[in-house]
Amino acid sequence: MASTLSTAGRFLASRLRQIGIFVALLVIVTLFQVLTGGSLLQPDNVSNIIVQNSYILLLAIGMVMIIVAGHIDLSVGSVAAFVGAMSGIMVQDWSMPWWLAFLASLAIGALVGAWQGFWVAYVGIPAFIVTLAGMLVFRGLTQIVLENQRITGFPEEYRQLGGGFLFPGLFPPETNILDWTTVGLGILAVALLVISQLRGRASRAKLNLEDEPKAWFFTKLVFIAGIILGLTYLLAGSRSGTPIVLVVLGILIVAYSAVMSNSVFGRHIYARGGNLQAAQLSGINTKKIDFYLFVNMGVLAALAGLIFTGRLNSAGPGAGNLFELDAIAAAFIGGAAVTGGVGTVIGAITGGLIMGVLNNGMSLLGVGIDYQQFIKGMVLLLAVGFDVFNKRRASNALK
Amino acid sequence: MAEAILRMRQITKTFPGVKALQDVNLDVARGEVHAICGENGAGKSTLMKVLSGVYPHGSYEGDIEFDGSVVAFKDIRDSEKDGVVIIHQELALSPFLSVAENIFLGNERSTKGFIDWNETNLLAAKLLKRVGLTLNPVTRAGDIGVGKQQLVEIAKALSKNVKLLILDEPTAALNDEDSAHLLGLVRGLRDEGITCIIISHKLNEIRAIADSVTILRDGKTIETLSLHDGSVTEDRIIKGMVGRELQSRYPHRTPSIGAEVLRIEDWTVHHPQEHSRIVVDNAHLHVRAGEIVGIAGLMGAGRTELAMSIFGRSYGSRITGTLYKNGKVITPRTVSEAIRHGIAYATEDRKKYGLNLIDDIKRNVSGAALGKLSRRGWVDSGREAVVAGDYRKSMNIKAPSVTSITGKLSGGNQQKVVLSKWMFADPDVLILDEPTRGIDVGAKYEIYTIINQLAAQGKALIVISSELPELLGICDRIYTLAEGAITAEVSIHEATPELLMQHMTKEKD
Repeated sequence: MASTLSTAGRFLASRLRQIGIFVALLVIVTLFQVLTGGSLLQPDNVSNIIVQNSYILLLAIGMVMIIVAGHIDLSVGSVAAFVGAMSGIMVQDWSMPWWLAFLASLAIGALVGAWQGFWVAYVGIPAFIVTLAGMLVFRGLTQIVLENQRITGFPEEYRQLGGGFLFPGLFPPETNILDWTTVGLGILAVALLVISQLRGRASRAKLNLEDEPKAWFFTKLVFIAGIILGLTYLLAGSRSGTPIVLVVLGILIVAYSAVMSNSVFGRHIYARGGNLQAAQLSGINTKKIDFYLFVNMGVLAALAGLIFTGRLNSAGPGAGNLFELDAIAAAFIGGAAVTGGVGTVIGAITGGLIMGVLNNGMSLLGVGIDYQQFIKGMVLLLAVGFDVFNKRRASNALK
Repeated sequence: MAEAILRMRQITKTFPGVKALQDVNLDVARGEVHAICGENGAGKSTLMKVLSGVYPHGSYEGDIEFDGSVVAFKDIRDSEKDGVVIIHQELALSPFLSVAENIFLGNERSTKGFIDWNETNLLAAKLLKRVGLTLNPVTRAGDIGVGKQQLVEIAKALSKNVKLLILDEPTAALNDEDSAHLLGLVRGLRDEGITCIIISHKLNEIRAIADSVTILRDGKTIETLSLHDGSVTEDRIIKGMVGRELQSRYPHRTPSIGAEVLRIEDWTVHHPQEHSRIVVDNAHLHVRAGEIVGIAGLMGAGRTELAMSIFGRSYGSRITGTLYKNGKVITPRTVSEAIRHGIAYATEDRKKYGLNLIDDIKRNVSGAALGKLSRRGWVDSGREAVVAGDYRKSMNIKAPSVTSITGKLSGGNQQKVVLSKWMFADPDVLILDEPTRGIDVGAKYEIYTIINQLAAQGKALIVISSELPELLGICDRIYTLAEGAITAEVSIHEATPELLMQHMTKEKD
């Protein structure tokens, strides 16, 4: 009896390290929910948190991939601003249809990424330098193409991506308690989650690879489903239902998580970051990986640029300032290793949400920007410090 | 015998699972040049690290008596204070600092925390003159050749009022002219009263310069010979170095050898940075299906460099020569091309070059052939786990599951993961570089068994090893390598440790 207890205890302890970041998010949400007297989880505020942080979360996806490979990208804020500005010029000055401008913007992002990827992968300049230069170059280009003016008055369709909602008015809040589009989406998401998890477990069990206790698996599943349904309930009760950007973000999170864990490309990123020489001596073309990582980051930065330009209905010379640091912080709070080889998309998203909830909660409490900066800095330091401490303890326990 | 400056008594040093030194005794007389000989892994460097405080007092058993008193060095600084200075095989100069700064690094000429540059450069110039270097002390250390760097190291030692100078393979990276100069300098220092311990593989050098030689084998002192009366020949030293019995530490195998699989001709490789330095010199070798071919060579002979240059040019520059696979010329320029041509190379340094230590067993096993487990870019993780699980069983990898992190495994099990990785890539030629380094005896036997199985499957195997008994125990044919050149090809029937060692220590014509 005692031994089964201690086995279970050891199992829980090992899992707690993995889920520590999620627990931290829950603690922070609960804390602010109490401190703000329930304002944090008001339906409209939840919707607001998601939209406000969507572009940081988007950047965090690309950033964590870059960090896993052992690089860094300091230029994403400038690149997002540059692409936002170019899209503004395309739809306003050149009267391009919005969808064509979107495609062209993503292509510009890819080109910018290819430019930086070329210097990192094929010339061999450290990404820190290349993207520091990129940060200056693309900030400068933003100001040049905008002639230091602000572009506003974007077409309605353009603004949907950043500020729009899914089928607004289909279930007007005056006559419906809930937005049934959102409810339907939430139920669909839970159904997909349950089916994919059960199928995954069944196939692992068939191969005799399942090492996760049944109780843990179902607790986890019920917990995640509960969070999705809770979020669904909150959004369905908000003024406008599901933000379009949440759907985009959701699809990207699922897609990129799959790429990182199950695609050859994703595996090669981990191998490259974990041990560059071993990866090369295993025949992995690490240069190609570096190159495409930056192309990918460029496209995601372009998408982030389109989203926040649409949300603010404005492309300005100073847009996107310090986005890169928020994205980098999100990745590191989410458990990515500075030395590369470690990190997950879900972790980075959670890290980004922690920053987002901190921002929002402190704003609700009327905490000044000065204290907000201080607290966010300390959270970053302590989160990574805690991770380092945990790893050291784990490796000492082995000796 | 003159008065002893150093007596090491019953030194025993244990690493987890390995006894590196066992009751080693070493007496060095004041003012002599004392050589230490032994095969790679015999314990020479470990003994010197014990002496110089790299392994602090308390981490080993036994006593060290230096200059008349028992000493207990805590670290290198401590031993240097007493006048024991070690110059490591890998030079420890900082390439971006000047020669003078390097000489006084950690020992700066300063007043109140500010460096006195005039004194630094002046003293450095004097020291450089003492070692026979006419060099501006402000030259950057990285801008001078290896031979001169070695002399700067000695100047650095002299700045510390050295009484006992330890040189670990000082001439391994030097050309003949620089070697001769260095040896002359060592002789000069002896005449000034500085005692020298020199570790070297080059027996003719030892005969030329040393007064006595102590031979280590398997972490034990075998004998100490005086070289004064000239009766001790190189053969006599070799006998001491290799004279262990071949036991049945090797699984039995009946070779079944087929057609030639791989052949290299006129293979010459230059150093990746110093393009004029030849690392592999006009090498020829071939290996047939089902055959295990050994490459014997001492440290610095170019074994790894030869192997890696074949493996998709992953080492070296200005590579010339021809590579034949099944009789056809191939030119793999990258590692992935080499793998596609059926060549695999398992590195001697599995932690640095072989494994992703922070990832698990299954992902390391699939690492070199992920394409076999994927369709349209997506990995079949289930099948990957099954494949890795099969290797875990067949290779007897001792780990709780295939999701165990490789960094936490023992050396033997890590090596089995590396071998699994290359077996899964299914090559025709497998080059194994020091496949049993740092592995205990039991696991070695398992590795040999795996090698035999691979040969029985018709793979062509090239085994690089520092341990002659190992090569004699498992190979069908052995090439010896010295200074980048193949000096002999010996069939297993005529091979003896003495014969191999002769060819391995052969000077270039």
